[in-house]
Amino acid sequence: MSSKIWEVRKVAGHAPLYGLIAEFEDPTSLVAAAHQAHSDGYRCLDAYSPFPIEELHDALGMHHTRLPLIVLIGGVVGGLGGYALQYWASAIAYPVNIGGKPLHSWPAFIPITFECTILVAALSAVFGMLALNGLPQPYHPVFNVARFALASRNRFFLCIESRDPKFDLEGTRRFLETLSPREVTTVAD
Amino acid sequence: MADDIVRGRDAGESEEALAPVGTPPVIAPGHTFSTVTDKISAIVLTRKTPLGWYVGFGIAFMLAALLFISLANLVVQGIGIWGNNVPVGWAFDITNLVWWIGIGHAGTLISAILLLLKQTWRTSINRFAEAMTLFAVACAGIFPLFHTGRPWLAYWLFPYPNTMGVWPQFRSPLMWDVFAISTYATVSFLFWFIGLIPDFATLRDRSQHRAGRIIYGALAMGWRGSAHHWHRYETAYLLLAGLATPLVVSVHTVISFDFSIGIVPGWHTAIFPPYFVAGAIYSGFAMVLTLAIPIRAVYGLEDFITMRHLQNMAKVMLVTGLIVAYGYGTEAFIAWYSADKYEMFVPVNRATGPYWWTYWMLILCNVIAPQVLWLKKARTNVILLFVLSLVVNVGMWLERFVIIVTSLHRDFLPSSWGMYAPTFWDWSTFIGTIGLFLSLLFLFLRFLPMISIFEMRTILPEAKIDEDVVEDLGGA
Repeated sequence: MSSKIWEVRKVAGHAPLYGLIAEFEDPTSLVAAAHQAHSDGYRCLDAYSPFPIEELHDALGMHHTRLPLIVLIGGVVGGLGGYALQYWASAIAYPVNIGGKPLHSWPAFIPITFECTILVAALSAVFGMLALNGLPQPYHPVFNVARFALASRNRFFLCIESRDPKFDLEGTRRFLETLSPREVTTVAD
Repeated sequence: MADDIVRGRDAGESEEALAPVGTPPVIAPGHTFSTVTDKISAIVLTRKTPLGWYVGFGIAFMLAALLFISLANLVVQGIGIWGNNVPVGWAFDITNLVWWIGIGHAGTLISAILLLLKQTWRTSINRFAEAMTLFAVACAGIFPLFHTGRPWLAYWLFPYPNTMGVWPQFRSPLMWDVFAISTYATVSFLFWFIGLIPDFATLRDRSQHRAGRIIYGALAMGWRGSAHHWHRYETAYLLLAGLATPLVVSVHTVISFDFSIGIVPGWHTAIFPPYFVAGAIYSGFAMVLTLAIPIRAVYGLEDFITMRHLQNMAKVMLVTGLIVAYGYGTEAFIAWYSADKYEMFVPVNRATGPYWWTYWMLILCNVIAPQVLWLKKARTNVILLFVLSLVVNVGMWLERFVIIVTSLHRDFLPSSWGMYAPTFWDWSTFIGTIGLFLSLLFLFLRFLPMISIFEMRTILPEAKIDEDVVEDLGGA
């Protein structure tokens, strides 16, 4: 909650406002609208769709995600950890001499090292994705819009948030109306 | 436009355009975002549960109860209630373990490998194939767990600092099994659950009941379909697919190590890992067909699980069946080529020994019967496919039985030869796991969307972004 938000809200003179949301009937309109909003200088905006739309990535000027790096680190930690565990248990903590075979019998440690690599990498992918997305998040202002329930069915939404420096309740509403949406609604915070 | 072809959802369409006339589509024409959403979510939310569901679940649950009775009896009396004994120390239990794990593999193959290969036809079968994987792995896990004899001490298999000051023997393939199967179960669950999150959100938003909104809402974790979220979600999903692909190959490889690391004639062979993996996919696709054919008929899902899916699965079965047949040939050839009399004895004993009929049944079920799939007429005959899928399931079960029991019952010294016969409890535990598997599957069909709704939306024609319109509107 930066002071900026409160400033905007005071200017708006309304109850706390999260932003303005426009509803579209097809994915192409949403992508076009997102393009337009971004090139118009809006930066605090998000698009909502019932399925992933790759074009929104460029349209919203989104950055690359750090997720692959997190997964890589997870995999490396899992692999090294799995190997270290086996080495430590078999050669240091509990050395069992079987027919004079070497205690550090590395080929036998490969399958478990591999499984540990995959396990930790997969856990990093899932929990990393949820963490970066800020999920679980039971409450979000967009859920205050009744028609937003259709965002998981067949409707497409573009939300410009009130914390955007360029946000102005009347101006932004007029701008969104030009994108030929089905409807523009305020989103209560 | 070049980009378009690379993208998953368009790949299907361009493939469609290039496909020869008469190839059935992956989704029947006329569907939209709303019809797909409504049709699939209605099965869970609004449609009356078919009577067949109650009957099926009732029977399955009774069989599952048989499993619980069998396991309780085993815990009370010990594994002496099973027929396996020296020299056949492994019998139904390990046969069933390998069979169930193998069945699970098709789910991962469909969801992960076909995703990476951009096979859009996987979309309508991946969800329930993944569920099948999870339930099959759950059934598989029961066998080694209870075969330990003292399942309440099974946690000793995991490396944890303990007051006994001992650590597991990491050089043993049985330890590799523990890690491979538990990793496989975990990753399969994650993959399935992650795939469900956007659909949980759909169910949350469409549920008419408070309980439904709360439960599906909690499972959806606040999913709202934000573009930023979708981007990371898709990255995570692809990475998981990339991780699950080598994992699924490693799991059956490790299972085959249980045998091939040992010195028992008939087990100690290098063909096992690839041949086990191919067999796993073979039996898994057979099981997907066994399940998909009745499900699409009962729930009227012919629009989504089309003839194209059934045909493709039949082709995968034919190919993997040929690989398995090649494996049988190689096994026999290498036994002869080794010039080792114990190894040479194995194929002869399999074909002509006391268990000869299991071997010839296996050849009939796995090698001869599937050859009808060369004919398009056979691949498009739903009833025949269903029967054939059952035949292959039986054949693949027999394969594991033959590998395990016929190898163990006559090894090096005739003085240590013996016979194995299953007891009532062997059968009841095995049939019981089928009951558990089907019970879980019935619950899944009733309470979760059996087809991935959001992925179905992506393969609809209306999901395509019209770049020209975007440009006209001053976007790009």
